[in-house]
Amino acid sequence: MDAAAAAPPGSPLLEVEGLTVRLQVEGAQRAVLRDVSLSISPGEAVGLVGESGSGKSMTARAIDRLLPRGAQVEGTISYDGTDVMSLSGAAMRGYRKQVAMIFQDPRAHVNPVRRVGDFMTEALRTNLGVPPAEAARRAADMLGQVGIADGQRRLRQYPHELSGGMLQRVMIAASLLTEPKLLLADEPTTALDVTTQAEVMAILDDLRREFGLAMLFITHDLELAAAICDRTAVMYAGQIVEVRQSTLLHDDPLHPYTAALAAARPDIAQTTPRLAAIPGRPLSAFEAPEGECAFAPRCPHVRDICRAETPELIGLDGGLSRCARAIELRGQLTASLAPHGDSDG
Amino acid sequence: MRLAFIARRLAMLVASLLVASFVIFGALALAPGNPIAALSGGRSLPPSSLHVLEQRYHLNQPFFTQYWYWLDNALHGNLGISITLRENVTTLIASRVWTTAGLVLYASLIILVLGIGMGIVAGLRPGMLDTSALVTSAISAAIPSFVAAIALVALFAVKLRWFPALGNGTDFVSNLRHFTLPAFALALSSLAIVARVTRSAIREEADREHVQTAISRGIPRRQLVRRHILRNAAIPITTISGITIASLIAVAAVVETAFSLNGLGAYLVTSAQNKDLAVVQGISLVLVTAFVVINVAVDLAYAVLDPRVALGSRAQ
Amino acid sequence: MSELMPLARAGDAAPLVTVQAPRGGRGAVGLLRATGTAGMASAVVIAIATTVAVIGSLIAPFSPTLVHPALPFVGPTGAHVLGFDVEGRDVLSRLLAGATSSMLGPLAVVLGSLLAGTMFAVIAAWRRGLIDAVISSGLDILFAFPGILLAVLAAAVFGAGLPAAAISLAIAYMPYVARVLRGAALKERSQPYVAALEVQGASATTICLRHIVPNIMPLMVAQATILFGYAMVDLAAISFIGLGVQPPAPNWGVMISENQVGIPQGYPLPALAAGACIVAVVIAFNVLGERLFEQAQGSR
Repeated sequence: MDAAAAAPPGSPLLEVEGLTVRLQVEGAQRAVLRDVSLSISPGEAVGLVGESGSGKSMTARAIDRLLPRGAQVEGTISYDGTDVMSLSGAAMRGYRKQVAMIFQDPRAHVNPVRRVGDFMTEALRTNLGVPPAEAARRAADMLGQVGIADGQRRLRQYPHELSGGMLQRVMIAASLLTEPKLLLADEPTTALDVTTQAEVMAILDDLRREFGLAMLFITHDLELAAAICDRTAVMYAGQIVEVRQSTLLHDDPLHPYTAALAAARPDIAQTTPRLAAIPGRPLSAFEAPEGECAFAPRCPHVRDICRAETPELIGLDGGLSRCARAIELRGQLTASLAPHGDSDG
Repeated sequence: MRLAFIARRLAMLVASLLVASFVIFGALALAPGNPIAALSGGRSLPPSSLHVLEQRYHLNQPFFTQYWYWLDNALHGNLGISITLRENVTTLIASRVWTTAGLVLYASLIILVLGIGMGIVAGLRPGMLDTSALVTSAISAAIPSFVAAIALVALFAVKLRWFPALGNGTDFVSNLRHFTLPAFALALSSLAIVARVTRSAIREEADREHVQTAISRGIPRRQLVRRHILRNAAIPITTISGITIASLIAVAAVVETAFSLNGLGAYLVTSAQNKDLAVVQGISLVLVTAFVVINVAVDLAYAVLDPRVALGSRAQ
Repeated sequence: MSELMPLARAGDAAPLVTVQAPRGGRGAVGLLRATGTAGMASAVVIAIATTVAVIGSLIAPFSPTLVHPALPFVGPTGAHVLGFDVEGRDVLSRLLAGATSSMLGPLAVVLGSLLAGTMFAVIAAWRRGLIDAVISSGLDILFAFPGILLAVLAAAVFGAGLPAAAISLAIAYMPYVARVLRGAALKERSQPYVAALEVQGASATTICLRHIVPNIMPLMVAQATILFGYAMVDLAAISFIGLGVQPPAPNWGVMISENQVGIPQGYPLPALAAGACIVAVVIAFNVLGERLFEQAQGSR
């Protein structure tokens, strides 16, 4: 990525436009992402929230060109003005240097038979030609930054000698060594216990700001995303259904699904007679009904208009919503899981 | 940690060998009739020979003392005298051991190079080649070595005349020719198993998440395959290779017999037929030792390759 | 059929927890159908081989042991579909008659090793602790003896013959069976229904025989099938080297050894025919065994 080809300042770092991805599932091509668009500006943290099957991980994988064999991709992904899907060879490696990804289960994502030091410095030594001693020094320094003391000793250890939380911090540190500009974080704390989760989140947030990284933070936890991301996108059935400033997401959502997600999370300060839950189960893109709003079967605010056609994204109050009734429902969508009297289910 | 594992494995080795040697020696006691009859193989011997046998085997002493003398002698290289050939068993073994060792080595080479090689190719490149390879390997895995032997002889020795059908060679080059068909017969079924395990190990490793991590960092394909797929697959591949090579030791006896090779295995069989017990015991001891040593070597290799191993035997 | 075992005693208002003992019981036919075409085809081959083993001598067109000294290695003529062997005996008849000992030997090996192996596995899994450690170490040591070697040793001591060979192989295979079954038995042992039965006062033998063993039965069957293939190969090899079934008794391994001399002379058919029989049956057992194994693993 040379400076001459870079996009002019003020424009997004990452721009995803109309991304549709189809995978081979049991012999047939099935859509897992439908018309996904989002953009991330330099230094901005964007959250991507959804349940299983919503397509959030798949979006990150598409961006990082990690889709499985036989995947069909439509739409564009541009990084810094360059089309990502057309990259190969040295340009591709350059892209991978600038975009780093950290994954959900650190133990599965780190090679168990190689030392931590090997893992951390691999990209530096192989792609960037950094001499081993220098690479090790940088790795040890970075370990210190993520709160792991005695870096030199840790580099010589094997992954199974470290706890899950420490290993995730190692993964974060390793990802920052190539000095990326965009960090894709795929549920980095889901596999960790709550206390460790808080620590790792704090480290992630601090380092992100310190290095001025843009971040796509993927999670199923709406509150978590809102805590460290400036904007949050919500996905359902392979589509973006809402994009909103994080501070407004909980109290003024623009889509019934977001409201339902927020309401479904039990609040430790409150007592309720039963846990609120969204009836039905989350759908993947290929399971969702065609030609209507994907959330219609489970939505407490559904009307005939919702079944007429797949809604488009509408701009509203600085955010986006894929609800056909977004404008009417504005302001009524807080903590609404109980169906309204006049809904026809 | 790892040292404890190695120490434990070596202790098991010694224990196995002791028990094995005891069983081999104890066969004498299990034989119908008296020990003299067993040792002489039912032949009638002159009194002087009987006396020698009594002395050598300490037959007038308690059983465990006999065992101790036998073991002590064995460890010092004295395995007794062959009843039929009236020579030192150790000498007889020494003159034949290189035939067997050569055969097993040759077969091992075939298994490692062809088996692992084909497995890697099939594992890294999914496609048509793969399915046909699977079917071929399923069939050849079921072909016992002696069936392979006669089939190979029928085709390559008789029909095509590329290789000799029987016997040892005279020098290194002719030995290579004489040993090729036997080595392939010995290697055939093991080759199939090793190829199959290699292929699935490679496939499994290629699908693992840590490979995704490496890809996401832009590690070039060649390094990726070498450092993350092959290196990790080396663990199950080494295990299965080691196990199959160890099993060659016993099956070599069958192949040597089929090809009239003058090796330890063939000699073991003829001695068993002749009831030359001293020879049978001596060769059994050598073969079992080799078998156990190779198995332990595999366990140790596993400990070296997989840093997660702390205690216990190989995970299956 | 399941057993509901309330943990609370009779007389309480309602059971606190009901635990159901799982029962494997889809029936043999259902199990077979689930193994796919390859599995079913193998089962057919095995059925044929078993039938021949039982009635082989009866359906043989000619005598398997009658020699015709003037007709060694004469090729297929008329009713003698596969020709004559080294001693002028009808090859086809000899193959059919030979099926009996060729299949019976492996059966004995499998039954023996399965019985002994299951016993050790279940005892080790049930008692755990020291007894398990002792049994496991003992099994580990037994691994030192390859089957063929033990059979040769036995032949040298007891004389060549099928019984000695079969017993040796059963002993040599037993540790493999025991190791596999021990793992499965341990898993069963730690299931809640076992604890429930223990609390109810059922004896160890009852639990093991009526519950644990039936639940690891699919694995046992799969293991037995695969083992049959190996036993067949090993026993044929032992007969081939002259330490198993003795000539002139008909047996596929013996036939290969007897007719081997014909190959350099240009008459490979008798030996190869016997070899083909062995290979076909072994493939069938291997394929079926593997399918059954996958099923047994999958249902856990």
